[in-house]
Amino acid sequence: MESRRLPYLLLLPATLFLVVFFVYPFVQVAFQAFTKGGGFTLDNFHEMVSDWKFTTALRNTLLLAVVIVPLQLALALTMASIVTRLKAGRDVVLYIWTIPLGISDLAAGLVWLAIFERNGFFNSLLANLGLMSEPTIWLGYQNKITLFAVVVMAELWRSTAIVLVVLVAGMGLIPKEYYEAAEVFGAGPWKRFIKVTLPLLKPSIQTALILRTILAFEVFAVVAALAGTNMPILMGEVYEWQFALQDRKVAAAYALVILAISIGFTLFFLFTLRTRDEARA
Amino acid sequence: MSVAAATPAASAARPVSAGRWMTIAIVVVLCVWVLLPIYLIAVNALSAPAEVTGWPKRFYPSFDFGSIEFFIQFRGVARALMNSVIVAVLTMTLAIGLGAPAGYALARFRFRGKESFRLLVLMTRAFPLPLLALPLAVLFIRTGLDDSRIGLALVHTTLALPFAILITFSLFLSIPYELEEAAFTLGCTRLQAFRKVVLPLALPGIAASGVFAFVTSWNEVFAAAVLTIQNKTLTAFLLQSLDYSPLPLKFAGGAVLVIPALVFLFAVRKYLFSLWGIANR
Repeated sequence: MESRRLPYLLLLPATLFLVVFFVYPFVQVAFQAFTKGGGFTLDNFHEMVSDWKFTTALRNTLLLAVVIVPLQLALALTMASIVTRLKAGRDVVLYIWTIPLGISDLAAGLVWLAIFERNGFFNSLLANLGLMSEPTIWLGYQNKITLFAVVVMAELWRSTAIVLVVLVAGMGLIPKEYYEAAEVFGAGPWKRFIKVTLPLLKPSIQTALILRTILAFEVFAVVAALAGTNMPILMGEVYEWQFALQDRKVAAAYALVILAISIGFTLFFLFTLRTRDEARA
Repeated sequence: MSVAAATPAASAARPVSAGRWMTIAIVVVLCVWVLLPIYLIAVNALSAPAEVTGWPKRFYPSFDFGSIEFFIQFRGVARALMNSVIVAVLTMTLAIGLGAPAGYALARFRFRGKESFRLLVLMTRAFPLPLLALPLAVLFIRTGLDDSRIGLALVHTTLALPFAILITFSLFLSIPYELEEAAFTLGCTRLQAFRKVVLPLALPGIAASGVFAFVTSWNEVFAAAVLTIQNKTLTAFLLQSLDYSPLPLKFAGGAVLVIPALVFLFAVRKYLFSLWGIANR
């Protein structure tokens, strides 16, 4: 009898907490976005869309995600295949490669600002090599392409570690016999990777892609630190409307846009990377 | 060892070792890729303000503590640092206090509604959680929690709680139930058995999930910036002062933000895969 009720008692605090601070706020944010003065309205969305920054922010955010996430997946796959095969120093290498896991996006932005600001380390290196006499501005509004490239680099640096950990965990689940069998049939390392690792890693790749894509749409502080207002992004606009312009309704509308894109991409990955039963290890 | 296994014939030894050098080279390059930016911001933090803004820059620190001193004495920084620590400790306490019982219940009992609860926890991952700050800002004003440390800690707990539940779940799962049963036969109640048998075994893992919650809160930028004005955390302070703060302040702040990341990863390195690897299932 005791153990009948005990699990529910143990779950109660966490459940209540999630209902109050997770479920309720999401209902509330939708409510905020669709109402004005008590009635249902699409005015907040109209106001959001008619701001010139909306299209730019949406485009920049999507573009960043589309460039960063695939690069990240490729980089993490390389790192994961190397680290799982390492015999000596595996733990040290894994420790170093996962350090960015604990680094905040703001700190990452400041770290890369130190490298690419006008008097930063990158310009200093070029000067020391005799390739430059006057510092170049990489992060100004005139240099949209280098600005974008530096943001991509900073995000690659900071957030590839999550993908790496998920993939390394997934590779650990692949039975060694599969590789041995492939080797017996004469498959080289590349072929083993394509024919054994990738298909069996699909569930992990799916998880990593969902996790990272959602986080990519939340990109905020890296851009704020490196670009300021020179590169509008969705999360930056939410902040702007909420904090500077004090218009919670439009901020909520932006929030729903981010939410919709996140859910859309999650469903997309769930659908396109479906695991058929025979593919399960 | 893999070399020995793969090359029964001596003639094959050469290409394998070439591949090995290649692997080592990639490993070294990627380690430098992760570590060099951290080194460079440390150089900035450990140089005098004039050196930080000077041109061209040196690639090693002068071990002048001027920048750090400037940072600590800057108006609002000491208070922001303290707020960051307090909010992070509150988050850690809440996440473990609410999460560990839930993790224990999931690991030890079979009951109706277990799957729905797991779904609720996993669902939190598919949502951009920092956006919770928007509706909660309204709720907090109504309840007097606005601009308070505990209010922010509650939001940070929604970020950390799902992980605390999943980590403790896998942790308790790894401790054999037979140990508890043995304690029951020796006359222990469930609570005594938990305290004397399970808790000592689980403590390091629980500590790791606590450290994880701490760093989650420490690193969080968006909600902190939206929800606090007087009680700014360090990330909120740095973000809001980006427009006017001098470079030495930014870089010293960035370096201070990074330090817990290094400690964090060292503390949780054993549990890294139960932190994220769970996402595989």
